[in-house]
Amino acid sequence: MFETLLDAFLFRAGYNAALVTVGTTLLGIAAGSTGTFIFLRKRALISDAVAHATLPGVGIAFMVLVALGGDGRNLPALLAGSALSAWLGLLAVQWISRRTRLAEDAAIGAVLSVFFGGGIVLLTVIQTMTTGRRAGLEEFLLGATAGMLFHDAVFIAAAGLLVLTLVIALRRAMTLVAFDPGFATSVGISVARTDLAMMALTMAVTVVGLKLVGLILIVAMLIIPPVAARFWSDSTNSVVWIAGLIGGTSGFLGAALSASAPDLPTGPIIVLVCFALFAVSITFAPQRGLFAAMLRYRAFHRHVHRRQGLLALARGEEILDPVTVSVLRKAGLVRRDGVATEAGRAQAARILRDERRWDIARQIHRDEAVINRQDILRPIEDVLTRDEIAEIDRRIGPPEAVPS
Amino acid sequence: MTGSEFVQLSLVPLVIGVLAAIACALPGNFLLLRRQALIGDAISHVVLPGIVVGFLISGEVSTWPMLAGAAGSAVIAVVMIETVRRLGRIEPGAAMGVVFTSLFAFGVLLLEQSDTSGVHLDVEHALYGNLESLIWLDGTSWSALFDGAALANLPAELPRIAMVAAAVAVLTLIFWRPLKLSTFDEGYARTLGLPVSLIGFALVVVASVAAVAAFDAVGSIIVIAMFICPPAAARLMTDRLEHQVIWSVVFAAIAAIGGYVLAGYGPLWVGASNAVSAAGMIAVVAGAIMALACLFGPHRGTGQTVPQEDS
Repeated sequence: MFETLLDAFLFRAGYNAALVTVGTTLLGIAAGSTGTFIFLRKRALISDAVAHATLPGVGIAFMVLVALGGDGRNLPALLAGSALSAWLGLLAVQWISRRTRLAEDAAIGAVLSVFFGGGIVLLTVIQTMTTGRRAGLEEFLLGATAGMLFHDAVFIAAAGLLVLTLVIALRRAMTLVAFDPGFATSVGISVARTDLAMMALTMAVTVVGLKLVGLILIVAMLIIPPVAARFWSDSTNSVVWIAGLIGGTSGFLGAALSASAPDLPTGPIIVLVCFALFAVSITFAPQRGLFAAMLRYRAFHRHVHRRQGLLALARGEEILDPVTVSVLRKAGLVRRDGVATEAGRAQAARILRDERRWDIARQIHRDEAVINRQDILRPIEDVLTRDEIAEIDRRIGPPEAVPS
Repeated sequence: MTGSEFVQLSLVPLVIGVLAAIACALPGNFLLLRRQALIGDAISHVVLPGIVVGFLISGEVSTWPMLAGAAGSAVIAVVMIETVRRLGRIEPGAAMGVVFTSLFAFGVLLLEQSDTSGVHLDVEHALYGNLESLIWLDGTSWSALFDGAALANLPAELPRIAMVAAAVAVLTLIFWRPLKLSTFDEGYARTLGLPVSLIGFALVVVASVAAVAAFDAVGSIIVIAMFICPPAAARLMTDRLEHQVIWSVVFAAIAAIGGYVLAGYGPLWVGASNAVSAAGMIAVVAGAIMALACLFGPHRGTGQTVPQEDS
């Protein structure tokens, strides 16, 4: 088991398997980075419409090929057909959301279900056309890499490379448009044309992915990597690269894993690897992850207890809240019997003065939004300027010590 | 085709199709107005892992465990979508995309890993259902409709979807006012003391139940089409919610009947000998209705161009 897995990772599991792995890796990188742009344009689910809209094109291309006396299973021709109908689907989504009052999500849902329904009708027609011989077009629903022909594998790897090259070439324009359409226009980039290029790339990723992961799951490769990448960075450029990395990693790991055992279908495994990377991101990302948020919340909690406890000490009040007592004791500010230590008294005096300064500051800035609620828990020196504090101090008078 | 053949082969699928279409179109109206139209899409994907788990636990293709699994996974999906959306401050569409594709992939993997070769459970069946196979063997003539013994042998999907459709309709009627208020003006509804988020969640749950029941009978593709196309077409016909809901029910019924008839008899008219997928055809007819509404609906405009919007 381990050895077959290692073989797959090192591209030794056979020529076709290696090509498929290369193809899914390239596709993953292209899908992740392309997906970032549509995600930032808040149109992630448009890829769902594009993907489902490929099906009737596959069916029609097959029927045309058979009518012309061909075999009907010519992969490049089927993919060309799928690209054509995906483009029609995309036009339909845009037409509905621009020309009628229906929102884009309704347009997406309508197009995806109707095109997909039409595709299924065509598949049943093909089934009756080719009695006795399986057309195998169902493979496009969930992808199928087992038993792929050699020249198909080469075609897919090459197409993946082409899409990736285009993404890299158009990266700058798409970043600008996704991030700031107004600025993009001012530096001479056409938003409409860039949007068009974005959609064309989405379509290309979808079409290349049809055979590998299938039309239902290719959507995952366009959406999950950018969402996961978003947790790691706030900068558009890094999100693009991280999403590409996550997409490529899932493409590579997924294809290798699925080549190592017989009943691990490529598409679902790639998507699940992708989801695992997403789960890691949402949990452990340094700023926006769950863990970080939890730690921040606890730190804030302790901070409030410490401040309130010190204020109570400064005013000579007894501290009743057990959490406050424990926070202060751990910081060495009070003794076991609740009496303030030397350090505690010094800190209390500082906090008391800070609190008085804030009282004055609130009076001065009563009508202004300078001070928000979070600020008053911070030392005033961090928020206001030295001159402002000097003015406040003039009103309060000199500092005073806390009696022990 | 004679009357008796019609009762035996086509009557039950037709009725089931219409009921499923209506059960989905009713909540679809509100989802559409709330910009949650794609919830139906998400739900119909995530029921797959649910039914597979239901099958694996019960060990047989019996309906109730699978329905329970489907409903459970729909609820899990909704909770997951909300979690991703809130925690990551991710836009709802992308959050949905992450969750439903992953769960669907998980369902496909489970299906491939488990030994389901001996039973009729596969992805294609889940996608386009088996409406045509829901025949009523005892329905040998119209008089069978009054024959208790024959009625007892109706396909079990029929009473199930009928129950769900009735429940959806009754719930829509009972909660009409709060639903309408919270859909159109959430702030105002909240000042009236309505539990706005609870209403939103309940709507999604009802939609899930409708989706799961319809999925069981007709497959997921009709579910998605019916959640969106009839309400969207109806929205272009009128400004009043009451009229919109009625239009959507009419459109859903026309799509179901028209699609079934075209799929079953259409190929015969053009000289072919085999019927095509009824589920696919119903979705196509729903799309055709919506296309007509987009082109000619009296209230199709975007608001700026159609003055009666203000009236």
